[in-house]
Amino acid sequence: MSLLQFLNGLTFAALLFLVASGFTLIFGLMRIVNLAHGAMYLMGGYVAYAAASASGSFLLGLSAAVLAVAALGLVEQGLLRFVGGNELRQVLLTLGLALMLNDAALVLFGGDTFSVPMPAALQGAASFLGLFYPRYRLFVLAAGLLVLVALWLVMHHTRLGALIRAGVDDAETVQAMGIDIRKVFVATFMLGMALAGIAGALGGAFLSLYPTADSEILVYSLAVVIIGGRGSLAGAVVGSLAVAMLSTYGQVFFPELSYFVIFGPMALLLAFRPLGLFGRTT
Amino acid sequence: MDRRTFVKSSSAMAGLAAFGAFTPVRAQGTGPIRIGLLTPLTGVVASGGKEIAEGFNLYWEQVGKKIGNRPVEIFVEDDGSNPDIALQKARKLTEQTKVDFLVGDLLANTGLAVAEYAKGNGIPYFIPVIAADDLTQRKRIPNVIRVAGYSASQMPRPLADYAYKKMGLRKVVTISQDYTFGHEQCGGFAQVFTDLGGTIVAQHWHPLNTQDFSPYIAQIQSAAPDGVFAMETGADATRFIQQWTNFGLKGKMKLLGAMNATDQSVIRTLGAEAEGIISAAHFAEGSDAPATKKFVADYEAAYKKLPSIYGFSHYSAAMWLAVAINGIGGHIEDRPRFLDAVRKTVLANSPLGKQVRLDDYGNPIYDIYIRDVVKRPQGGYWNKPIETYPNVSQFWTYKVDEYLKQPPYSRTFQGIKKS
Amino acid sequence: MTAATGADGLAVTASPRAHRRVGWTALVLAALALVPFVLPGYFTSLATLMLIYALLAMSVDLLAGYAGRTSLCHGAIFGTATYVVMYMTTTAGGNPWLAALLGLVAAILVGAAFAALAVRTTGVYFLLLTLALGMVVWGICQRWTSVSGGENGLRGVSRPALLADPSVFYWFVLAVGVVATLAMWRLVCSPFGLALKGIRESESRMRSVGYHTTWHLFLGFVFSAAMAGLAGVLYAWFNSFVSPSTVALAQSVKGLLMVIVGGVGTLFGGIVGSVLIIVLENVASSFTERWSMVLGALFVLTMIFAPEGIVGKLRSHVARRASP
Repeated sequence: MSLLQFLNGLTFAALLFLVASGFTLIFGLMRIVNLAHGAMYLMGGYVAYAAASASGSFLLGLSAAVLAVAALGLVEQGLLRFVGGNELRQVLLTLGLALMLNDAALVLFGGDTFSVPMPAALQGAASFLGLFYPRYRLFVLAAGLLVLVALWLVMHHTRLGALIRAGVDDAETVQAMGIDIRKVFVATFMLGMALAGIAGALGGAFLSLYPTADSEILVYSLAVVIIGGRGSLAGAVVGSLAVAMLSTYGQVFFPELSYFVIFGPMALLLAFRPLGLFGRTT
Repeated sequence: MDRRTFVKSSSAMAGLAAFGAFTPVRAQGTGPIRIGLLTPLTGVVASGGKEIAEGFNLYWEQVGKKIGNRPVEIFVEDDGSNPDIALQKARKLTEQTKVDFLVGDLLANTGLAVAEYAKGNGIPYFIPVIAADDLTQRKRIPNVIRVAGYSASQMPRPLADYAYKKMGLRKVVTISQDYTFGHEQCGGFAQVFTDLGGTIVAQHWHPLNTQDFSPYIAQIQSAAPDGVFAMETGADATRFIQQWTNFGLKGKMKLLGAMNATDQSVIRTLGAEAEGIISAAHFAEGSDAPATKKFVADYEAAYKKLPSIYGFSHYSAAMWLAVAINGIGGHIEDRPRFLDAVRKTVLANSPLGKQVRLDDYGNPIYDIYIRDVVKRPQGGYWNKPIETYPNVSQFWTYKVDEYLKQPPYSRTFQGIKKS
Repeated sequence: MTAATGADGLAVTASPRAHRRVGWTALVLAALALVPFVLPGYFTSLATLMLIYALLAMSVDLLAGYAGRTSLCHGAIFGTATYVVMYMTTTAGGNPWLAALLGLVAAILVGAAFAALAVRTTGVYFLLLTLALGMVVWGICQRWTSVSGGENGLRGVSRPALLADPSVFYWFVLAVGVVATLAMWRLVCSPFGLALKGIRESESRMRSVGYHTTWHLFLGFVFSAAMAGLAGVLYAWFNSFVSPSTVALAQSVKGLLMVIVGGVGTLFGGIVGSVLIIVLENVASSFTERWSMVLGALFVLTMIFAPEGIVGKLRSHVARRASP
């Protein structure tokens, strides 16, 4: 039973990492708490559902999700430029966008609960070490690891990655060095959105999609980023693991406390160590 | 400060005055019958809410939107899956739109809030879907009637009986959403099951909108019962059924569901995962009764999907109210007479194909089907009756006075017989 | 508040302007008092709701506008008071006035607890922390079924019999609202209020000048919590019902939106915002199901085009016209 619960936590952490990594990049570099991130996840999921159901291809659904969310991200990015410079205004603008996207999703897809169709190869359970475990969840774990490696490579072995890391530390200096920080911002935003789209497509298959899924996943993302620290990949990993494990084991041992197990640590960290475990001051 | 207060006052005045335009003149006896339909068109149960409106409107459209010679006007308001909003809209419908009576709501807390308002206001309020036991038991309100509805614990009792006697289950684990609707359904099941001699091995209560059922499924696997009774609604039901299948439990362990878990609103977006789940309800869209087949065909033609409990309940409620109102010649302004007519109505042409009447406490008595989810020849899955329990009231076989002496079902009281 | 100044630069209060101000206020109050006669029934109850939410919005503005700390927990504090009142009058069967007092005390205690944790954070982190704290309250209300009634909430008549009539209740709420607004106005114009404004402008500067900024923020937070709690108490009496949605994040968001639309830092903007949002809510629902979309669009458009809100825009308009 313990291995089962551990795997549950681990696979949930993988999904949270996928959602939160995009969120933390945007928060870290652009100082924007994108409260519409959950809505992007949901939209991505719905688009993946529609595309995959219509075409029969999971991969097509995934690609459609990424493209759709990236396009929406471009629009959001444009709107955010109007309130550039004022963090709070940006946050509130994203809140407004989240409300609008949520309602748009309701209009477009209706309120029924949908699940992105899983490819046949990933359905059902795999048997190993004496237990049955859903293949799809293992796939999500693999996907999470893949994205982690890919992101790490981007961050540490590409120019864009270096610029992002520099920008997280000190955006002004980067700009002073002649780099067009705007382009870096846009690229980061797109990357974050792409990650949200992927997360929506993958999560939509085993967590399902319905009108309030966006605020639920947003809350988890916030917890991950607060605990792990903004702008840090390592922070996103640690944060995802922390939140997922707390959530999974909390459900088993302290079902009464469901939300405190996450919000309690989040609130305490914000009060005493707002930068999280891996965040850095500017 | 002068300009500020001027802005404040003028905007307040203008705002309030704008409503003058929306106050209708109240008709007296011959004008249209104004019905206020409250339903969650947005929020977590938006799909059920939409079906409430669809089912309700379908009936009125079929009869030409009138009763006798009085036209029927329906005012739909979104309660947002939120009791504060539900109250605000109930007030709006009653006091501004001046409807003759209120119908609807889906979530128990919205229904309870509006029922409290109706209690103070006196406006008739009909609740085809709100299943909170006590509204027709210990906390009855005279002008709140469960037209074409059901009480939460009414349905799982025959299921428990069937599970023990026909399926031979002796050890059951229940898993349920942790709120009164779940407590009452599980209580209804547990009391009958343990009275017959069965054991409830464990009960899992999870918060609404649980993403991940894997911790519970793991615990169920280690408890190894004969069967599981799952009280789930909406997205939780979808996820539970999927995860149940993905963890390999489908086919290995018997799964019994609350009627909401196998309702069309859940299984229409699922595939084979839902097949084989046994549930109990008064309505089964796969029933061969001619009246049911006709209703399902009409509904499918109008809305391109099979009806769920939400659409069915409100269609029946509309029919019920029409019969009652016709019976008193359309004089609904005489409220006591109207309410009495509703209570005494025997619905002969219900889509269930059977007569339905209310018991003395304002809750309908039904023949309850034990249903199985099977594949439909035309594609998709639906609930087909495999057995019938006739004349089941909200009190099962219990003596009313004795039953009302026991406390209402809750997490701590599940009616489990101590052996 | 632009007071007239004499030749030596000192404020002069007994001026024709001040008299006009008092006159306008009296006129407005008289008009508001006439609402139950002019617009009876439903509109009176709507006006009552507007007054209650105006109180909530103004309490948010005290922190957001004057101390520069935007919060997302005032809805939870508001709802806490509502819960206490409902519990004391229904489950505990007590006196409604005592219940109201306890509700206010509860709101202050919760506010103090939140403030103790939050005063050292600023900006976005303050926002997120108050969000998390609000969610903790929501979680408690949802799960502590034996006390809060869980999802179903608590219901029953909680209003004192004296105020049972809707018109009488409206006048009571109006009176309370006027007194509370006056208290808040006095606070923001007082040296304490000016210190809060100073903290908004530059906390480090205030500290270097010798102000104990943490203490100021703490007191400011607690006072704003008291105002939110007052609104919550009135809401309990208004609705005779409470459920977890009353303490949910959406409630705080609503209050914040009212402040933003009305004008952050203007105090009265909260009143304007409350009226506007509630009117919009009511009117919009007669025409469209897409209220969420409208609300979201309002947020977005306000942030882009009028971040200072209606009253803020009017003020700057007036200031521009006044200057030569």
